[in-house]
Amino acid sequence: MNKLIVSPSPHDENYTKTSNIMLNVIIALLPAWGVAVYFFGLRVIPLTAVCIGSCIFFEYACRRIMKRDNTVGDMSAAVTGLILAMNLPVTLPYWMAVIGSFVAIVIVKQLFGGLGQNFANPAITARIVLMVSFTSEMTRWIKPMERDYDAVSSATPLVLAKNGGELPSYLDLFLGNTGGCLGEVCALGLLIGGLFLAVRKIISLAAPLSFIGSLFVLSWIGGDDPVYQILAGGVFLGAFFMATDYATTPITNKGKIVFGLGCGIITFVIRRFGSYPEGVSFSILLMNVLTPYIEQLTRTKVLGAKEAEKNEG
Amino acid sequence: MRKLNGIKLKHRKNTENSSTVVFPVPAKVRIPMSMTMGAPCQPLVKVGDEVKVGQKIGDTDAPFSAPVHSGVSGKVTALSDYRNAMGVVCKMAEIETDGLQTVSDEVKPPVVTDKESFIKAVRESGACGLGGAGFPTHIKLNPKTNIDTLIINAAECEPYITADYREMMENPQDIINGINMVKSQLGIKSAKLAIEANKPEAIKNFTEMAENDDTIDIITLPSAYPQGAEKVIIYNSTGRIVNEGSLPADAGVIVMNVSTVAFLYRYMQTGMPLVTRRLTIDGNAVGEPKNVSTVIGTSFRELLEFCKTDIDSVKKLIAGGPMMGMSVPDMDMPVVKTSNALLAFNHYDERKTSNCIRCGRCVRVCPLGLMPADIDRAYKIRNVEELKQLKVLLCMNCGSCTYVCPANRKLAETNQLAKMLIPRK
Repeated sequence: MNKLIVSPSPHDENYTKTSNIMLNVIIALLPAWGVAVYFFGLRVIPLTAVCIGSCIFFEYACRRIMKRDNTVGDMSAAVTGLILAMNLPVTLPYWMAVIGSFVAIVIVKQLFGGLGQNFANPAITARIVLMVSFTSEMTRWIKPMERDYDAVSSATPLVLAKNGGELPSYLDLFLGNTGGCLGEVCALGLLIGGLFLAVRKIISLAAPLSFIGSLFVLSWIGGDDPVYQILAGGVFLGAFFMATDYATTPITNKGKIVFGLGCGIITFVIRRFGSYPEGVSFSILLMNVLTPYIEQLTRTKVLGAKEAEKNEG
Repeated sequence: MRKLNGIKLKHRKNTENSSTVVFPVPAKVRIPMSMTMGAPCQPLVKVGDEVKVGQKIGDTDAPFSAPVHSGVSGKVTALSDYRNAMGVVCKMAEIETDGLQTVSDEVKPPVVTDKESFIKAVRESGACGLGGAGFPTHIKLNPKTNIDTLIINAAECEPYITADYREMMENPQDIINGINMVKSQLGIKSAKLAIEANKPEAIKNFTEMAENDDTIDIITLPSAYPQGAEKVIIYNSTGRIVNEGSLPADAGVIVMNVSTVAFLYRYMQTGMPLVTRRLTIDGNAVGEPKNVSTVIGTSFRELLEFCKTDIDSVKKLIAGGPMMGMSVPDMDMPVVKTSNALLAFNHYDERKTSNCIRCGRCVRVCPLGLMPADIDRAYKIRNVEELKQLKVLLCMNCGSCTYVCPANRKLAETNQLAKMLIPRK
């Protein structure tokens, strides 16, 4: 007699799996990454490979040492590696990129329990650690189309705006023809990727829109050029790919809007009043820390639920 | 008005155009004494007794219950112990049929003079909710509150199942007559027949039939699972919310399954109690998917063979739909009052569960607005206070959260386990 398998309902399932979601994120990052190859040259490719490869290695090694399942197959480590690469200047020494991967995967992700358990965005934290540890290497920008990686030259648009200098045009900012990290220069490519993810229902646009929108409005009120403020720096990269990270941002749309507003406000404050020219990374990290509290206050309303009873005694 | 969440499922209504085929009376039937919600019945027959079609063979004094009748004529060969799919242990009458199908003298149209005799007749019919939950109908039709709307649940939102749809296509007049009967007996002003949008032909037919009757509304429900869930269908057809801890009757409505109301009408005309059942037999192991009408107590195995199923290839057998149906552990289990489908599959992929990535898909699909991801987390650390605040007790186990979870987490199951942590008052 053949044995029947008994399992709890439902017996049907859909086929969107974690690895499928991660693959979509990688595809969405490719347009902006491709533009980076075009403007910053072929070194973008080995730098990205080092980031992705070392992230995957750390993920595998970490799980192995901790005697847990191998989770390389879910592709989240590859996504972290790619996003980390997008956050680095093209001239960064490879060994520093490996340190970034270590911080992202080992310290931020695996020590907190792996995928979905981390409270801070791995790539953002890694960028900040590299930024404060290797400030000069992390702020060495080359001019687009100039493949001279030894030349210390260009400044980012935000540095120019802060310290004075000839600003690139809106069009150059939109297309990515300016100095900066690999992934943050091309607003158009990031926009295409972000919309792709939104159409595929992988991300909600609540956080990106409230992030970009609030930064725009605040810059406008503050007397800065609002278009310039949202196109320059890491706003699009942060808004579409890091402020939408599942594990480290609120789960409900209400919460996502609050998160995005917070990011916009903090970015504005840092750029306007801080000594750093850029505030996107710090704003996302700070909002990551606030996320559990935002979630407490932005839960869904259950149909027909009575108000929570007060604890007796 | 708030729009309730739902999920798009593949309907897979392969049998929607398969007219009901009558399964020949089997050589032996096994009729459990517990087929509905409520108290199990005690057998009224002994081993060796002759029984006839429609004869009552089990009953109990407990009010929350429904009596059990035989659908065959023959001889009781055993009264065994039986554990049903819910884990309830009860007696089971095994009857060897004589093939004559002699009808019992007990079968005659009930005399209904007032509401009390109507409710009594409903109980004697053995009726329960035929949609799958099996709530005793005479309890449902006798609420303490004032009812102004009767909702007939014709959503049949689960994939595969077309048993109710065939009732609508084959016996539409019984349904309309049944609705009018329940309305007039209970003094309910208006009725709403709510049909999911994926059954346009049924919607068209009933709209024409009820054209001149302004007490019956035909409601088209959106095609998003689970429209047939009681709270969802009430909200989507009347805008009313059944509050936590309340019954639909507290919101002034009664919800009845469409096949139940048609059965009830036929019972009042003929006196033949609930002894047969229409089931959709489908699934990829089934050679010829069909809608089959059979006597209650027929074994699943015989029905599968009747539909040309490769029995040895079956790995998974589901009684009911793929979303809320139950895994059947034993192919020889009998058809009961609440069986509406039998799905046989020749594959089962056990998928590995991985970490929650907090994508929020479960939150976006829950029709009631629960947060399964947070319930999962609170359950893991046994945080009862948090589970209470997350209202896990309201979960109706529709399975949408598990269905969409990219990490294969068994969220619906966790919700049911979490409910058990909360002390009942």
